[in-house]
Amino acid sequence: MGTSSEPVVLTLIVLAKVVVVLVVLLTCIAYAVWLERKVVARIQSRWGPTLVGPFGLLQPLADGLKFLFKEEIRPREVDRFVYHLAPFVAFTMAFASIAVIPFGESITIAGHKIVFQITDLNVGLLFVLAVTSLGVYGIVLAGWSSNSKFPLFGGLRSSAQMISYEISLGLALVAVVLIAGSLSLREIVEQQRGLWNIFRQPLGFLLYFTAAIAETNRTPFDLPEAESELVGGFHTEYSSFKFAMFFMAEYANMVTVSCLATLMFFGGWLGPVFGPPALQALLPVVWFSLKIFCFLFVYIWIRGTLPRFRYDQLMSFGWKVLLPVALVNVLATSLVLAWRAS
Amino acid sequence: MLPLFYIFGAVAILAALGVILQETPVYSALSLIVVLCSLAVVYLLLGAEFLAVIQVIVYAGAIMVLFVLVIMLLNARRETTSDRSRMARWLGAPLLVAFFGQFAYAVWKHFSGWEAVHTPATGPQKIGEVLFRSYALPFELTSILILVAILGAVVLAKKEI
Amino acid sequence: MALVPLNHILALSVILFGLGAAGFIIRRNIITIFMCIELMLNAVNLAFIGFSRYLGDVDGQIFVFFVIVVAAAEAAVGLAIIIAVERNRKTLAIDEMNSMKL
Repeated sequence: MGTSSEPVVLTLIVLAKVVVVLVVLLTCIAYAVWLERKVVARIQSRWGPTLVGPFGLLQPLADGLKFLFKEEIRPREVDRFVYHLAPFVAFTMAFASIAVIPFGESITIAGHKIVFQITDLNVGLLFVLAVTSLGVYGIVLAGWSSNSKFPLFGGLRSSAQMISYEISLGLALVAVVLIAGSLSLREIVEQQRGLWNIFRQPLGFLLYFTAAIAETNRTPFDLPEAESELVGGFHTEYSSFKFAMFFMAEYANMVTVSCLATLMFFGGWLGPVFGPPALQALLPVVWFSLKIFCFLFVYIWIRGTLPRFRYDQLMSFGWKVLLPVALVNVLATSLVLAWRAS
Repeated sequence: MLPLFYIFGAVAILAALGVILQETPVYSALSLIVVLCSLAVVYLLLGAEFLAVIQVIVYAGAIMVLFVLVIMLLNARRETTSDRSRMARWLGAPLLVAFFGQFAYAVWKHFSGWEAVHTPATGPQKIGEVLFRSYALPFELTSILILVAILGAVVLAKKEI
Repeated sequence: MALVPLNHILALSVILFGLGAAGFIIRRNIITIFMCIELMLNAVNLAFIGFSRYLGDVDGQIFVFFVIVVAAAEAAVGLAIIIAVERNRKTLAIDEMNSMKL
């Protein structure tokens, strides 16, 4: 928020930030799809998109146009209201958490100090968890409203998986909050100026990343989505734009989770800063983006490499392995902190 | 502040009407989620930011997911109207409105003009201090309560014990 | 920064409670009745938070915390009971559940 006292200027700044962040996020998602197709293709010894534009870089544009122009098949027996609502819920919740993610320090334009964050809640981390919890509804409502066997099972399994791994996700982050002493995302990053949290919480990071892959329904935890690999799970009955919304929601979730991982464990935007003030303001954003890119690459790498978990293996792993280890992690962290404080 | 309260209060009341008047259980559940989220915003307006987010995470994001999953599992259909007496329906609604309207009016009159005691905002830190010091015993008891609830739910929902 | 007046909060709480109580009485589906109970609990939570703000005492918020936890436990056990009852009686209408004998 700017330091000017006029509410109109403040509102304009916030609106401008929202527009910029949304545009950047949508572009990021489009090119994450391109990156995924390219990287998975190379892992599988083939080329991936090469025809549309150099290196297939205009492929997302072609895909977007395709989605817009495709015929929308509307099955007759679906529950009208919920069928149309579900993709919007998934999409909105996937994009809502970007509101509290800080990208960098601040930049001073025309005398106004603009912070690289839409809003800094002092319960910012809980806000992201809350929005993730609400994102389950998109999937479960999509599965139910489709009024068909495969989507229903896919939806129920997917939502059960998401709510199971949410717990381990939260507990892995609790350990970080214990160290930082605050729930505000900006403060957690500021606390890492001396040492990144990955060195203080290596187990926590592994727990978080595993739970995050399960939360975003990605391989190796994507059985609810890839049931029989012919039928698409909860989004079977969706076509054209609504399917695209689910798709974008999944990639937006991936980006959010990567943002959170860099903020919590890898020091967010902290990195070597040099040069004139304009460069000094923009370099943290560059470091942040590079770290996000690395996480997306690791996500896609894991997808191209690992086989899928079976559903019962998935659920037993989440409850019988991940949850106890997360609890032990929190216990160990609090013991070390208490011993150090005494 | 106040216009926001009116907006979200109105949304909460409309959604509550949706809960009790909708015929399909899934729509009632969705309306209840809207009530919970608008109440969370009202908590924020009152300065209870931690509880607002907890309400969304726990109530709207976990308890209501449980409700929605059970509704889907049991395949709850639209309610069939029962043969209640017509007089009960035509007399019931106005009497209900009159009763609770009078109650609300009495509460409004009695508590008008209260001034808030000036306190600093209650963040998670303040809540943690009170919760883990003065209320440590109830906190530990709730953990036992949750354990009992988990065991009970697992046993009751099994097909064969 | 004008605060929302207490009587507004309490009036909203009473209205929501009344709607929850009305729903509890008029609905036939047992899950919807359960949801009306949750609505009543939330109305009470709102009153607690209103008073907590106006009396400057954080104990009100602590109580809301406990109410939410108890509501979660109650929802889990209650829904399990509903599943068990539905399995035996094959119906969710409370009019059909008016005797202990199956």
